[in-house]
Amino acid sequence: MVADQLGVRPSYCDVVDLGGATATGMIWRAAAAIDAGVCRAVLCVLAEAPDPRPGVRSPTWPALPNAQWERTYGSLGPNSGYALAAARHAHLYGTTDEQRAKVAVDQRTNACANPESLFFGRPITVDDVLTSPLICDPLHLLEIVMPCFGATAFVVARGDVARASTNVPVRLRGFGEQVSHSSLVSMPDITRTPIVESSRRAYETAGVGPGDIDVLSLYDCYTITVILSLEDAGFCAKGEGGPFVADHDLTYAGDLPCNTHGGQLSYGQAGLAGGASHVTEAVLQLRGEGGARQVPDCGLALVNGNGGILAEQCTLVLERGDA
Amino acid sequence: MSGSAEVEGIPPRPVPESSPYGEPYWAAAVDGRLVIQHCPRCDRLQHFPRPWCTACLHDELDFVDVSGRGTVYSCTVVRRNPNPAFATRVPYVLALVDLDEGVRMMSNVVDCAPEAVTVGARVRVCFETVDDTHAVPCFTLDPEGT
Repeated sequence: MVADQLGVRPSYCDVVDLGGATATGMIWRAAAAIDAGVCRAVLCVLAEAPDPRPGVRSPTWPALPNAQWERTYGSLGPNSGYALAAARHAHLYGTTDEQRAKVAVDQRTNACANPESLFFGRPITVDDVLTSPLICDPLHLLEIVMPCFGATAFVVARGDVARASTNVPVRLRGFGEQVSHSSLVSMPDITRTPIVESSRRAYETAGVGPGDIDVLSLYDCYTITVILSLEDAGFCAKGEGGPFVADHDLTYAGDLPCNTHGGQLSYGQAGLAGGASHVTEAVLQLRGEGGARQVPDCGLALVNGNGGILAEQCTLVLERGDA
Repeated sequence: MSGSAEVEGIPPRPVPESSPYGEPYWAAAVDGRLVIQHCPRCDRLQHFPRPWCTACLHDELDFVDVSGRGTVYSCTVVRRNPNPAFATRVPYVLALVDLDEGVRMMSNVVDCAPEAVTVGARVRVCFETVDDTHAVPCFTLDPEGT
């Protein structure tokens, strides 16, 4: 459809559906197709106009075989699923509401430096998060993404093609993917995500470690997702994500810049394109095009896409390519 | 046995969707029994029901009665649900329950204040009648349960 609209006759055409990990999953697949000599450049497009009517299922959330074992009990899918993970994490490790709220607050600070974010110009405090309505305990309204309309596109190209571009090239230095389950009951430990495997492979293929990363772009459908991602991507030990986010400044000016566009929590989640915002923000930072929110000396970014309920993970290490 | 379905003004929960592999589970619930899919070849239990055993791929599985006792692995109080069948039930407890037999299932913990349900709490099965031919296994707190 996109090809015809553009008048392009592609030598490679594919559909990727890894939920929130679709964008990151597209990138290494495109790179693999280029590496196989199938094509020179791949246009990756993600767009979504979610149905705004309450309770109406988006076409990207199909009826899964496990649905009858969950819908019968009033499962809300993501909202209740991530709440169950947050509740278990709080029980095991003492993670507090305030610690999770800190993630939302720091990311809102980032959004306030990004005129394109949905919540630009509307800073919040931890107290604002904790006094927003509980949706699924322990998750409050301001810990949950805001659906919106939107689209994202990027081009993955062979090295010589990329270098001929007027843009500063960004290189895919490493990647890893791991998919684990459809139903939450199939996840042995709902506080341990497949990011453990996907990030390990991303680091191994890139030849770097967490300490080398300048900017983080971690899928953030909920506050708890960021905490679990930081733990499983090796930035702190399992269970220490709560104190870790409390002790570190996740803003663009901080010691651990994370989701500098505001994250989807504050930038908005345009369906699958929401996950792609983590890719485009990392690219902007690496190019030095971050504007008011630019992280200084930004050479290496870690991007994680997370789909389903902590199920589909694809992690990338991106590098400024003109060094 | 849970009274929720009979409370005036609260519509019955949706009838469980049919699936060729899940029928014995729902049929047993009408009789007040909790059954779990079992592989006679490798003697494993699995939930939710599937066409085959995920451990050995044997495809002639049966269902066995379980104790109905378990522990809350995690729980959340759902306070908003746009689905009309649940909109009048909020707040309600959605839980992952680890049965003593080693199987995890999603269910509701009912007949108590939602905030009374905590991770690690002992629970036992109860059955909420949907209509003459459908019932849903739920759980109640079982503080004496060991």
